[in-house]
Amino acid sequence: MAELSLPRRSMLAAGIAAIAAPALSRSALAQPVIGRMMPREFNLAIEHVSLNITGSPRSAIAVNRSVPAPVLRFREGEEVVINVANRLRESTSIHWHGLILPSGQDGVPGISDGFQGIAAGETHQYRFPLVQAGTYWYHSHSGTQEQAGLYGPLVIDPARAEPFGFDRDYIIQLSDWTDENPHRVIQNLKRDAGYYNYNKRTAASLANELARAPNAQAREAIIRDRMMWGEMRMDPTDIEDVTGYTFLVNGRTPEQNFTAAYRPGETVRLRFINSGAMSHFDVRIPGLEMTVVQAHGNNVQPVAIDEFRIAPAETFDVLVRPTGGRQFQILAESMGRQGFASASLATQNGLPMLPLPSHRERPLLTMADMGGNYGPRGLDRGTLRPETDRPGQIAPMESMDMGGMDHSGMPGMSGMGSGGAQGGMQGMDHSNMPGMNRGAPAPAGRGGRVQAPSGTAPMDHSTMPGMDHSNMPGMGRSSSLASDPMFRLASASIPSGSVPGPGNFTLAQATRGQGGMSGMDHSNMPGMDHSTMPGMDHSGMPGMGQPQQARPTQPRRPQGQQNPPAPRRDQRSAAPAAPDHSAMGHGAPGTGQVGQVDTSAASAHAGHGGMTPPDPFAVNTGAPPGARVLTYRMLRALSNPYPVREPDRILEVRLTGNMERYFWAINGNRFSEAQPIVLTLGERVRMRFINETMMSHPMHLHGVWMQPQVGNGAQNPLLHTISVKPGSTLDVDVEADAEGGWAFHCHMLFHMETGMMRKVEIRRQPRVASNG
Amino acid sequence: MRRTTRGAALVLPLLGALAAGQASAQQAVSQNLAHDPGAHAPASHEVYFGAVLFDRLEWGVGLDGSPNVARWDGQAWYGTDYDKIWIKTQGEVERGRRAENAEVQLLYSRLIGYYWDFQAGVRYDARPRPDRTYGVIGVQGLAPGLFEVDLQAFVSERGDLSARVELSYDLYITQRLVLQPNVEVNLAAQRVRELGVNSGFSDVEAGLRLRYEFTREVAPYVGVNYTRRFGEAARYARDEGGRAESVEFVSGIRLFF
Repeated sequence: MAELSLPRRSMLAAGIAAIAAPALSRSALAQPVIGRMMPREFNLAIEHVSLNITGSPRSAIAVNRSVPAPVLRFREGEEVVINVANRLRESTSIHWHGLILPSGQDGVPGISDGFQGIAAGETHQYRFPLVQAGTYWYHSHSGTQEQAGLYGPLVIDPARAEPFGFDRDYIIQLSDWTDENPHRVIQNLKRDAGYYNYNKRTAASLANELARAPNAQAREAIIRDRMMWGEMRMDPTDIEDVTGYTFLVNGRTPEQNFTAAYRPGETVRLRFINSGAMSHFDVRIPGLEMTVVQAHGNNVQPVAIDEFRIAPAETFDVLVRPTGGRQFQILAESMGRQGFASASLATQNGLPMLPLPSHRERPLLTMADMGGNYGPRGLDRGTLRPETDRPGQIAPMESMDMGGMDHSGMPGMSGMGSGGAQGGMQGMDHSNMPGMNRGAPAPAGRGGRVQAPSGTAPMDHSTMPGMDHSNMPGMGRSSSLASDPMFRLASASIPSGSVPGPGNFTLAQATRGQGGMSGMDHSNMPGMDHSTMPGMDHSGMPGMGQPQQARPTQPRRPQGQQNPPAPRRDQRSAAPAAPDHSAMGHGAPGTGQVGQVDTSAASAHAGHGGMTPPDPFAVNTGAPPGARVLTYRMLRALSNPYPVREPDRILEVRLTGNMERYFWAINGNRFSEAQPIVLTLGERVRMRFINETMMSHPMHLHGVWMQPQVGNGAQNPLLHTISVKPGSTLDVDVEADAEGGWAFHCHMLFHMETGMMRKVEIRRQPRVASNG
Repeated sequence: MRRTTRGAALVLPLLGALAAGQASAQQAVSQNLAHDPGAHAPASHEVYFGAVLFDRLEWGVGLDGSPNVARWDGQAWYGTDYDKIWIKTQGEVERGRRAENAEVQLLYSRLIGYYWDFQAGVRYDARPRPDRTYGVIGVQGLAPGLFEVDLQAFVSERGDLSARVELSYDLYITQRLVLQPNVEVNLAAQRVRELGVNSGFSDVEAGLRLRYEFTREVAPYVGVNYTRRFGEAARYARDEGGRAESVEFVSGIRLFF
């Protein structure tokens, strides 16, 4: 009876990640497997093994003696039974990430209904139906076991044909391995939050910067920037908390070169899963265009891209069409540029890896990442009893409070905060709401704050990395990409009539639009190196010093002089220069033209004057100009089971923490001291994420889908994990349609472990009280 | 023996207060549970962690006739994000003498702000003679500009008041080469004849140390240390053949585990 999907009982059996190419034969796809008499049964045994990644053996946690854990391959519509035997000396658990299932089967000790973990030596039986298809993964939800190797891919074959075709199917599971004991990592971070950071700003780097600065003004700006960060006691180089990682693809190091074999002309499906405990990856396949067809397991309108960033716990399925028999390199560079995970696409196995490219420039945090103007706060937190921030969990904001505005006191804004007023706002296009443009009067009361020195410093582009694109590699590549016939592949293979709406045709438009972008040769553009640009006086920008001049609905774009207007907002945000600039006024998402119920946080805040919050969806991978970088806004769900409607209430979800002491929290309360967030079954809540920290947080809500309000109306994507950038505010709608207890947490493992987690309870009875 | 008893008498109420604090926290949790029947016990508990930092373990060669000195300055803590037991110790021994200064503090430390801990407890000075026990309150943390700050106020068993200000700054020259200036100032509210302390400044110590962090744990250093004693302390120092001012070239190791 016991049956394992594609089991290989050897360590690092990378072969497990290759799903046999013809597995999705057309006939199999046409036959829903609903109605099996007996659920299929799987046996998983969790135990300690010795694993050698870096040259020295270390203790790891394996499933069926494999790290990563073996591929679980299910079929949509079937019911499965999974027996998990715990052969560790400690309690364990397995959570099925992204699966919609009963709370009791979700596998989070102390949170999932009736589940307290699997005690040492015991076997626990999971049993649940599969009501979805796509790429997911599974991992331990106990302590730091996930970092020690307890993670594996989970693929659910669809009951009905997918709206795209492919010849080969591979899992590309990214992860980060450290030889250090994960508990030790936490201890190190807690005794010194900068323990792992060997990219700090130093006197040497200061001397370098000053020597490179073109003029006295730039040098002054560099000094001022240094002093400002010191004054704020923050570290702009704190991109990744943990270093010392070896990055893996399906458990293999770059040298071990996991290879996805293809024959020229074939379409290859790559199922990217980020199982990194603490690592965001910037993914690209030099020379190949990728077409994203699924995000977090759900079909999306195919969208052609060159690069994407994948946060911990996310999955993206892409199609590629390698040609010419070349060996292509699948590169996943860690966001902090400490290393690559890499694999190959080649016509044969066993080739040596291609040499890794040099790292892209490390990102630096900017004042935009610091936020400081999040819009109204103090909303309903969803707890039964009022909740207040604990001391020491909110960074002192005086010096960061750019606009110094208290929106909650603004006339007309108070209604935004309470759920009750939402009903009256149905159908409003907020971008056209004159009452929303409060930029002019708002800061008047505290205008003096605007002149604080810190308010001007973020405008010093001379200190921003990556602004000088003239020497970036691959400048010419983008134009050849644009002419690549890759797109036809995706649209041609979509069975006609299976795609609701004009999905595949929008795709073609996107290509054309991009063609215009990618044809640009930024290297010849004067002024892309902003440090040398005369007249870059941003003080005239909305809210940047003269708030009374703010016209937030029509933000001026200083670089508009150089950049031809991009055809679509999401493409512009994909351009590398945009993300940093987006913080300064032109990041307001163009939600006006789409869903009329799109009262997203970003659009709601766009009109407040002062510094506009950073575009929460912009992604800066350091890609060359013209490269298409995936953003959430480019994701359009092919189908959405939920009707588009106004939320019943807005919940405030502030991401907080203490970076100096290394603990993290939601709404100023660590998990150990926090109340559950209580939702009523059937209600739709809008979670307003406000990231008050300077780290990205991939927030994962179990049991229900999250719908980020990206401005695509009914086509807003359905995601299980939402990456919330530093300093940004973003709205995510949740239909509370799954009763029970659900975990809600940051998927940066050590953020979760040190407090950035809540229990969300979805209950039948109405809420009794709130502090909204 | 007598000293030990007295120390314990001071420590025990402290621990008692700590235990009470924890008890009330637990009580609060159980009250939460009582009011909120749907709530489960939290799946994650507080993380306990600790560290030992010897900022200074050094040997100073007296320049310009100053005596050679061995010096230590260390602290250790253990607990949760909010509540910790904190131990501090510092002292110095001049060559050919017995310990000139030797003190140890046992503190309860509570996080009160993003960058600050409030600390309270006892301090015991084994040297100089006669030994003394003090009550301590203070704050320790990171001031704007990234200055490590430790402010402490003391009241001795005799009721004498004194205070100490410690400031240091880590200037990263490269990722591993760190220049650390530091200043320590001791103040007294009144004269304490038997300890050679006058009211006002009792001593000022300033140092400049350049360390190389082979790892975060182990960092050898070299530097200079300047000490100036004031008032009676200076006179006593001179009477005992010492000097009011001394400068040493120091070399040592910083340990952080």
